[in-house]
Amino acid sequence: MIALRLDPTSGVAAYAQVVNQIRQAMRLGVLREGDQLPTVKDVVAELAINPNTVLKAYRELEHEGLVSGRPGVGTFVIRTLAAPSRQVQTRLRGDLTRWIEHARDAGLDLDTMIGLLREVSDRIDRDVVA
Amino acid sequence: MNVIEAVGVGHRFGRCWALRSLDLAIPEGSVVGLVGPNGAGKSTLLHLVAGLIEPTEGTISVLDRRPGSVSVLPDLSFVAQDAPLPHRTRLGQLVSMARAMNVRWDDRIVHDRCEELGLRDDQRITALSGGQRAQLALALALAKRPRLLVLDEPVASLDPLARRAFLQALMTAVAERQLTVVFSTHLLDDLERVCDYLVVLGQGTLRLADPIDDILRDHTVLVGPSDRPLPNGARPVGPKTATRQHQQLVTLHQAVFDPVWHQVTPTLEEIVMAHLALKPDQPRRLEVV
Repeated sequence: MIALRLDPTSGVAAYAQVVNQIRQAMRLGVLREGDQLPTVKDVVAELAINPNTVLKAYRELEHEGLVSGRPGVGTFVIRTLAAPSRQVQTRLRGDLTRWIEHARDAGLDLDTMIGLLREVSDRIDRDVVA
Repeated sequence: MNVIEAVGVGHRFGRCWALRSLDLAIPEGSVVGLVGPNGAGKSTLLHLVAGLIEPTEGTISVLDRRPGSVSVLPDLSFVAQDAPLPHRTRLGQLVSMARAMNVRWDDRIVHDRCEELGLRDDQRITALSGGQRAQLALALALAKRPRLLVLDEPVASLDPLARRAFLQALMTAVAERQLTVVFSTHLLDDLERVCDYLVVLGQGTLRLADPIDDILRDHTVLVGPSDRPLPNGARPVGPKTATRQHQQLVTLHQAVFDPVWHQVTPTLEEIVMAHLALKPDQPRRLEVV
């Protein structure tokens, strides 16, 4: 079972925070195929969070084909997300280091870099859809 | 179905309009946060919903019926600010009174909650802490098995621990039964985790009423040169900045790909503050009738 948390200052919708944390846990192998997600009631009691938020997050994960809800039983992980290999991680880290050095030289601060990252990622998503 | 529907609702105390031209539709099952500064009309709106006062203009319905009518009363629980329970009464007496006064009553809810809180029947209400009193009022309100629960500033006077405990109890209740909750608060930090619908009032007028996820999705802060017009589709919330660097909260329904503009994600609190800072179309409060 994993523990969820919420950052109220992030500006990221609460349901998206739950989705991201579960996806991350799957990627890190903390959650594997067959594992049960915490029940909505458990998450609500733990975080003092709106149950509709948790339901929305679980629906989104279901829609992505990562989990499956069994009525009256619970929600279960039905896929395993592979974590990137150490080799891939090292390469990505190297690419990113060079990129951040370029960005700093151009006068970008961390917030702007994160903004740019998000913007480009959004654009790629849009181009995939289009 | 909408639990609350208001069309053109206004309420006037003497010569002063507390609320004006309010249109609102609250979907069933929502947890609605009602925010705004003191004197914004929050309590007036909640009292209208509870049927304690009547609108001066416009119409309001609760569960398709007139607020305060006999048929709607069993479906609605209202907890006024600071949970005003009769002080000198003993807890057992209070519960018997509440049981006798309501057609639907679930003793188990109160009983279980009191046991969890360590409250005894022979305790006087005065002897309870603020947190315990708030929890007791919530338990009594839930024991009625309402479809709509209305709470006026339920957590305002609670310390952070008691506040959290209260919200946990409230959210668990929402998870366990089909329940719509409307509560006013001026603590913005709890909103996002607890509510899924936000209503912002300022100076007696409605400033914002939408699902919170939509509000967060549709607002962004654009940072860029002030001599450039805002990108297509971006509508500013609040005045333009006069400095060379433009930093503007906008509503935006599509992504902006002009590299001149950087997008920063605003917090819900920033969005609420920006909408409150907007000048309403007319100054309602100063209007003399």
